[in-house]
Amino acid sequence: MRSEKSNRAPVGLKIAAAGGLAFMHVPILLIFLYAFTTEEKSYQFPPPGLTTQWFGVAWDRPDVWAALTLSVKVASIATATALVLGTLCAAAVSQTRFFGRETISLLVILPIALPGIITGIALRSAFSMADIPFSFWTIVLGHATFCIVVVYNNAVARFRRISGSLIEASMDLGADGFQTFRHVILPNIGTALLAGGMLAFALSFDEVIVTTFTAGQQSTLPIWMLEELIRPRQRPVTNVVAMIVVVVTFLPILGAYYLTRDGDQIAGAGK
Amino acid sequence: MTTAVLFDNVSRYFGAVRAVDRVNLDIVEGEFFAMLGPSGSGKTTCLRLMAGFEQPTGGHIEIFGETAEGVPPYRRSVNTVFQDYALFPHLSILDNVAYGLMVKGIGREERRKAAEDALAMVKLPGYGARRPGQLSGGQRQRVALARALVNKPKVLLLDEPLGALDLKLREQMQEELKTLQKSLGITFVFVTHDQGEALSMADRIAVFNEGRIQQLGRPEEVYNQPKTRFVADFVGSSNVLSTKLCQTLGLKAPFASLRPEAIAIAPASNGALSLAGTIAGQSFLGATNRVVVDVEGARIAVASPAAHAVPSIGSPVTISFAARDLHPMEDA
Amino acid sequence: MTIVAESIILPERRGAAGRLSDFFWRHPYALLAVLLGPPLLWLGVVYLGSLFALLLQSFFSIDDFSGLINYEFTLATYRQLLSETNLDIIIRTVTMAAAVTLVSALIAFPIAYYAARYARGKWKVLFYLGVMLPLWSSYLVKIYAWKLILAKEGILNWFFEKLNLLWLLDAWLAVPVVGGNSLSVSYTGTFIVFVYVWMPFMILPIQAALERVPTNLIEASSDLGGTPAQTFRHVLFPLALPGIVAGSIFTFSLTLGDYIIPQIIGSSRLFIGQAVYAQQGTAGNIPLAAAFTVVPIVIMGLYLWMAKRMGAFDAL
Repeated sequence: MRSEKSNRAPVGLKIAAAGGLAFMHVPILLIFLYAFTTEEKSYQFPPPGLTTQWFGVAWDRPDVWAALTLSVKVASIATATALVLGTLCAAAVSQTRFFGRETISLLVILPIALPGIITGIALRSAFSMADIPFSFWTIVLGHATFCIVVVYNNAVARFRRISGSLIEASMDLGADGFQTFRHVILPNIGTALLAGGMLAFALSFDEVIVTTFTAGQQSTLPIWMLEELIRPRQRPVTNVVAMIVVVVTFLPILGAYYLTRDGDQIAGAGK
Repeated sequence: MTTAVLFDNVSRYFGAVRAVDRVNLDIVEGEFFAMLGPSGSGKTTCLRLMAGFEQPTGGHIEIFGETAEGVPPYRRSVNTVFQDYALFPHLSILDNVAYGLMVKGIGREERRKAAEDALAMVKLPGYGARRPGQLSGGQRQRVALARALVNKPKVLLLDEPLGALDLKLREQMQEELKTLQKSLGITFVFVTHDQGEALSMADRIAVFNEGRIQQLGRPEEVYNQPKTRFVADFVGSSNVLSTKLCQTLGLKAPFASLRPEAIAIAPASNGALSLAGTIAGQSFLGATNRVVVDVEGARIAVASPAAHAVPSIGSPVTISFAARDLHPMEDA
Repeated sequence: MTIVAESIILPERRGAAGRLSDFFWRHPYALLAVLLGPPLLWLGVVYLGSLFALLLQSFFSIDDFSGLINYEFTLATYRQLLSETNLDIIIRTVTMAAAVTLVSALIAFPIAYYAARYARGKWKVLFYLGVMLPLWSSYLVKIYAWKLILAKEGILNWFFEKLNLLWLLDAWLAVPVVGGNSLSVSYTGTFIVFVYVWMPFMILPIQAALERVPTNLIEASSDLGGTPAQTFRHVLFPLALPGIVAGSIFTFSLTLGDYIIPQIIGSSRLFIGQAVYAQQGTAGNIPLAAAFTVVPIVIMGLYLWMAKRMGAFDAL
């Protein structure tokens, strides 16, 4: 009898949990609503009418396309770099016993543990000291730095699940280091890397704080959004772009969840 | 007789810990060899030294006359059945078994056939398409065995392979392993902490403690004539007679072992030795009664046939045994 | 079959890959060096190097006349940092971070508790994604959403108007410090957006900590006559605390360094992030900007040290 009772949540708890979830979701739902509003000068609620015309307007905006293209390019290259570096680091930490493992973990986490503004300003002043002009590559460098941790976390969690004896079994059956990597390690960490890569892509695609310091005149999609936020020029287009950004970031999150749901630790728990 | 595995003064230290300490071993081709000992006694490290997962800190290892130090595991014709089976979770049973042939570059058709034969040998024909997660513990153990044997190793290493199975399955597998070993003629090296398992399966047993071999011999030697007090305690349940009792019995050795089955609760008949004591306790074990007799403060276990009546606790008794059952031991 | 080699030791591997594999097997530290080299070069040299270079600059000063950096060791910049205006900025930011952390924990706890203790199967997945999706949603879009909500013509005003409670909102805005002309230019607005953006980071660590509490502990407490409030205070809360502390590392650190939220929704009074941004940008005073960044680093260093002593890292 008691267990039945204890499996039903108190009403107060239900209300508090539902209220908290509503607080998290309602503002995002509003973004969807505003993408269809006919009002273009203010943020009037309720919207005086609904229309889909702004999607067409946004589609024809070259500046939106340029920003989107740049963001995708930056995110792709930063993700690829982070995949290589994060996997190497995770392999080193998981597969060997050496002093200073804790230090490595701390070093990898530092770029997101410290406020983004510190990473940004540090890189900016380093670029100016080394006389490196701002470019596409300075943005990528900044993004890859904080994307490593996402790949690393996913890969380390998966490496931990591969029991050490799997690798020994492979060697025992005659596979050398490369064969073991190709036939045993890679198939077992593949989905974790894919999940980590998706999250890294989402992280990079959305990043603005570090980017403001490492981008010159170019604008990624978040930089474009930021300018619209500070000096709104065409609100309806911003509304549409905001909605699309929300949809685009949902996909990798759902994908990463799907890929790692059987594991004991799920991707992205620590952004 | 060819020597399959030779350990010449082999040591393996992990920092200050002497996991294996100056071990000498000589495993003969075609024998079923058991390494027995409690956890941390160095038996598993010895197995890993044979497989090539560990390198000796000192000494010399030979496998079929060839130096093994510095040879990676993938270049040794030695295969291992792991304690947790270590089946590849991403591969089917057939691909698991064929893995060793695949990395050696054997053609697809040939390795499929060899893997199916190996599965039939361990009585799992037709299981090839399944995944490791779909099999029971006993079945996984058989797959691990097939995966190792398909490579036709010269030496098969088994690391507590029956530890995770329940009692009934374990007894069945003991029989099957023994039969398989005899029919294949491959040298089996078997690590276990279960003395019953070692005694019933092995041709010879090495008893390990604290990184050293305490005794190496045939099961009945190790059981009946333990050389050290540790072996007497660990293998079976021998009584260890103290220096004082040894002196009472006129023995020169500092300690001696005496099996409970060799003792009778009766006055000595001609030529037998005897001791006087009092009954301290008894428990019924089915075929026998285990009776504990207090002799001058030392407790001596006696296995008395269940048909014999046991005097009540506190009664004075005489226990007797033949002199040849008293085995002198070297140290404590 | 030709698998059985005559010799027990199979021949040396042919080809470069085989030789390399043998080499790495014999020299595991070489493999470690190859694995760790690139990431260490990137993070240890490029990233940490930049960070140290920045910190170093806080010990230089700016020449008041020429506006150029004077490369001589001095503590003058730190004296400047401790001036009254700058101390105000620091205190304001730390107070805000603490308030945001506290309220985030209050909102996050019921969600985490429900998800850990009552949600099962399908609901568990829904809860998880329900937390993950807002957590990973675009930072700027989230701020933008609140710009829509807090605008004078936006949904919040409309809501208060419908309920005839506009007087309440006006009364709140009339309160000094937290009030202002409208919600979108007040501390209240800044505070709400901070909580909204960083609160999701609190939920999963608390949930992880709570999931480690065995159900029978709670049952044992009520079995021993504990009221729900007593059970919460003496059993649940102490066990969830490492999770709360772990989550607060994010809310605290992220609030401490943010400069975009207070810039878009807030009053004209600066936070640390804005001060850093202004000093390095328009003012061109890199040494002072660098000195400002030392503040969150020191605060977070102390915070992490305390969190570690409480065992919060196990809940991360």
